[in-house]
Amino acid sequence: MAETKSVIGTQNKKGQTFTDPWKMLHDAPRTPSFFTGSEVIKEAVRRASCDVMIAYPITPQSEAAALIGELFAEGYIGDYFRGESEFAVMSQCAGAAFGGARVFTTTAGPGTMRAMENFPMWAGARLPIQMIVTCRGINSPLSIQPDTLEIAYLLNTGMLVWHAETAQDFFDWILKGYMVSEEPDVHLPLALCCDGFFVTHTKDVVNLTPTDMCLPPYDPYRSPVPCMDMECPPVRMMRDPFVMKSNYISYATHASWQQEIWAAVERSRKHSIHWLNGLIDTENTDQEILIVASGTAVSQGREAIRLLEDEGVRCGLVKVKTLRPWPEEEIREATKNAKHIFVPEFNVTGWLAKEIRATIPNPHRVHAGPHVCGGMTMPPEIIVQEIKTALGMKSFSLAGRGS
Amino acid sequence: MSQYRVLPGPEHFLPPAAASMGVYLPNPGEAHINGVIASEEKAYEEAARQFLMASVPTIFPGPLVLWAWNEKAAKKATAIRHLYNTLKECVQPGQRPMLIPMPDYRPKYPKINPEVEINPNHPNLTIWHNKIDCCMFVGVHCHQANLSLKIIRGGTSCYTIAMCAQAGHEDAMLSFRDASVEKIMTLADWVKKLKGTVKPRLTTKSGATS
Repeated sequence: MAETKSVIGTQNKKGQTFTDPWKMLHDAPRTPSFFTGSEVIKEAVRRASCDVMIAYPITPQSEAAALIGELFAEGYIGDYFRGESEFAVMSQCAGAAFGGARVFTTTAGPGTMRAMENFPMWAGARLPIQMIVTCRGINSPLSIQPDTLEIAYLLNTGMLVWHAETAQDFFDWILKGYMVSEEPDVHLPLALCCDGFFVTHTKDVVNLTPTDMCLPPYDPYRSPVPCMDMECPPVRMMRDPFVMKSNYISYATHASWQQEIWAAVERSRKHSIHWLNGLIDTENTDQEILIVASGTAVSQGREAIRLLEDEGVRCGLVKVKTLRPWPEEEIREATKNAKHIFVPEFNVTGWLAKEIRATIPNPHRVHAGPHVCGGMTMPPEIIVQEIKTALGMKSFSLAGRGS
Repeated sequence: MSQYRVLPGPEHFLPPAAASMGVYLPNPGEAHINGVIASEEKAYEEAARQFLMASVPTIFPGPLVLWAWNEKAAKKATAIRHLYNTLKECVQPGQRPMLIPMPDYRPKYPKINPEVEINPNHPNLTIWHNKIDCCMFVGVHCHQANLSLKIIRGGTSCYTIAMCAQAGHEDAMLSFRDASVEKIMTLADWVKKLKGTVKPRLTTKSGATS
């Protein structure tokens, strides 16, 4: 709708060239770089033409937030400041996004939970904020170590939720995330999650796009809701009659509004498939034994498959990239040959296994496990042990490890 | 392709969003009719046919065309006026085309006047008051349009058309995408082309359509 001239090919104040995002991410030369996940977040944000980043320290995301502060000092970000708390940060992110800014923030564990009220508000207001969630324990006793329990809480907020396995995923998906979440038919916030420390504090070789290329800026006039206007919904929602009145049409409007958010999650499907090359990745799904996982559990699953091959057991792998939109049809298709589906997870509740069980026929095929939580590592051997036990094969206890 | 069809209502106390029923938006160059992807050409013909069949064919222009906030919006508003005038020229006696603005989405106190204005939160009132049986949304922000279209589908029998400047609307019975001045003018041309070839549904004295 907006009468805008393309900025592709022009330069920003830092001399970066606004580049067609598809060309930047698929055709531009890549430079292998040895970085931590947090440093990779910084490098992605450097190329993301972000207007505002708001920070609050909580381990393990603090380093990423601090590094983005350096980007602000270097002039790559329009504004950067620290909020009073995670709740304040997420509220301030909303204000910046209402004002038409491309917004980035980071959080982890209890901070995510403290800010939770804001996430359905972001989605309801159709604000395409990107939030990195570097997962950690949220429950008592306190843990700062990786634990993906907070993802379970994000799944029903109306946000898009993606779960990165590696720092390379992180780099690419931060940039691609804006492309999906800012589509006018989507226009939803994105929680881009990773397992803290395993990704954020581990060095890896990551192929980076040139620093002199960046995404085109956000165009707020493509928003499905009006740009900030204190009188128009969704801003000043409490003045809007449908929440102030008690009648059929008021409730119908509120209900339709909520349905529209989930419709937008559905609409993100085709854009996510386009940018992420599918919502899942698969390997050898013709096998009767499958490991289905997201995040770093995928890496552990891959290694377990290698160990099992040494013992003559063949396994396939499904990597779930997006949790919202949920790849229902893809998982149903990928698991159609499987007699045993193992879902290793870094959390106590097994939310991914529950989602899969609710998706596929004959859900008794799903073995929810192994689970670790509270920051424990998941040695591939325990996945091997879980599979061998289920198959009636002899295995040795690993419980004594580390004692 | 989903088996779900987006049809004139009243469908349900709370109909589902069509996107959640597996209805996909058209790609550039396409449109959808009842949730099924169709060529734009077919959609022009069907939209013109629905307008000419209706007792009260109505255009609901929204703030993105009513407010002359850029040159393109002003040109679109002119094109919509042309479409409306074409519609008036092409209908038969007894048909009553209308142009009802949706200038903004602000709450109106103590209540909106549905005879002269539409509000996305109460679109059914405007449809009921004016006995509208076919309407087109144009220049309405996508989120507000989808709310209205779904409420209309839920509680009225009105046929809805969306002339969307962005990706289109599953919750309309017919939706264009990437709307431009040219597309609005093409629709007007189709209305003119089908003039006299479509039998209108005329309203009886009791308000029911024949």
